[in-house]
Amino acid sequence: MNINKFKSNFSTRATFRGLIAIVIFVAIWEFGARSQDLIGYRMPFIGLIPPPTAVLETWADLVVDVSYWQSWYMSFLRVFTGFIMAMIVGIPLGLYMAINRTFYGIAFPSFEILRPIPPLAWVPASIIFWPTQEMSIAFVTFLGAFYTIVINVLGGAKSINRQYVQAAQSMGASQADIFRRIVLPATLPSIVVGSAVGMGITWEVVVAAEMISGGGSGGAGGGLGFFIWSSYVGGSYEQIIVGMISIGIAGFISSELLRKLGGRFTPWLKTR
Amino acid sequence: MSTEPSTPKKSNEIVATNVSKTFGAGPFSKEVIKDCSFTIESGKLTVMIGPSGCGKSSLIQLIAGFDHATSGQITIGGEPITGPGKDRLVLFQESALFPWMTTWDNVMYGPRARGEDAEKSAEQAEFLLKKVGLEAFRDKYPAQLSGGMQRRAELARAMINKPEVMILDEPFRGLDHMSKELMWEYYASLYEEDRNTNFFVTTDIDEAIFLADRLLIMTNLPTSTRSVIEIDIPRPRNIEDMADNERANDIKTEVMTLLHEEAMKSFSGGSKAAADFLEAYTKRVG
Repeated sequence: MNINKFKSNFSTRATFRGLIAIVIFVAIWEFGARSQDLIGYRMPFIGLIPPPTAVLETWADLVVDVSYWQSWYMSFLRVFTGFIMAMIVGIPLGLYMAINRTFYGIAFPSFEILRPIPPLAWVPASIIFWPTQEMSIAFVTFLGAFYTIVINVLGGAKSINRQYVQAAQSMGASQADIFRRIVLPATLPSIVVGSAVGMGITWEVVVAAEMISGGGSGGAGGGLGFFIWSSYVGGSYEQIIVGMISIGIAGFISSELLRKLGGRFTPWLKTR
Repeated sequence: MSTEPSTPKKSNEIVATNVSKTFGAGPFSKEVIKDCSFTIESGKLTVMIGPSGCGKSSLIQLIAGFDHATSGQITIGGEPITGPGKDRLVLFQESALFPWMTTWDNVMYGPRARGEDAEKSAEQAEFLLKKVGLEAFRDKYPAQLSGGMQRRAELARAMINKPEVMILDEPFRGLDHMSKELMWEYYASLYEEDRNTNFFVTTDIDEAIFLADRLLIMTNLPTSTRSVIEIDIPRPRNIEDMADNERANDIKTEVMTLLHEEAMKSFSGGSKAAADFLEAYTKRVG
């Protein structure tokens, strides 16, 4: 009980500190951005960007604009399509590579040669070989999460304490049972970590892919990446910042969702 | 007191005959077990003691069937051991409780894996958890249990499978002295209840003498059987009495002398573990 109380005290204090830091950051930003008017000297870098108050004003206009939310929706859709596909393909692939030596020998070298290729380097090629713009963006986001998930699952499944498997064997467990009730749960923490890292990369990739490919169907269907790009082209610097912060928030929401979900699947880790 | 294997009387006697195990090949190969022969008599608690870092854990891997001998043979009830089986259950040095399962699910793992009657197994699990004093902790994860509780949970998980032979690889290592002595008494009373075949490996002389019916003393690397001592101290034994027991002290001196000789051998080979042992030995025997 006391520990919990201490923990919650600690977390409110930590939250408080975090809030203070954000307030100070915004204050410095506001001051720096208005430095030309306030002290007659334009501060380097920070003096060139719009102040937070102006950004908030623009944001207030955008919040009631359907096309802004359309951008959110499109990016989320792409991130989750790519991410879920990466999990569907990546988790079994990683597990199978970990338990089957022959398959590992066949698949791992090719995998390791393809892995260092940045997902964005795939953009032109995927535009060529996927029939629609949308599919090529989905494919590139898929790649962003795919490699990380596979590597984490493979590493996690390979580093299972040998004694767990031996203990199960000596209790007369079948191979299938060992896989289902030992290998799989033992790998779950790595799956969760791999997914969290993969999710981060997916957001990086989707934004860049939307910028490069002109946002799929373009316009309102362009997603947050295209939103930033078109704001830049259109010269609305406030909107660029709104777009950047939106992506930050979107990424945070995705990670938080994943953390919560991951915690549900690995309840024994919370007891430490 | 011969180290030669005798003819098996009961079905679960384990006999090792001229077992050798070499890891690697060529100039980098390392011989861990050499010409090792011994018998684990059925219905007895056989304790194996040897300098740390000798091939005891490798021997366990062979008896459990997780690994194969380079030469020689190990049989159980006259049948050669070819792989792991539920007739031999291993309790490892570190807890091998599955961290993702509650105490209850851990204990129930064996029966569920073999598809045994759920109701009967649950009854058994309930009984065993009560016996090891963990009925209040059935829904806790291993990380929520103390070291001693983990070991008891593991004993329950092993016993529910009614193994013919229990193999314990330094199971109480790493516990503090108090819990260790409690576990000795606890484990001894469990053994005395059903007198199954038990094979217990340790580096702790007090532990070995307190628990053993028969004591196998191993040589340094490569491991073979150095000597066998029958510990004829009546059961149940009491830890406090053991210190004053003349027979126990005689055995202790004998075992220490033998282990000392083994340590000297590897000391000349520059082993850190041997140096540690020698220091402890001079303090004790003077």
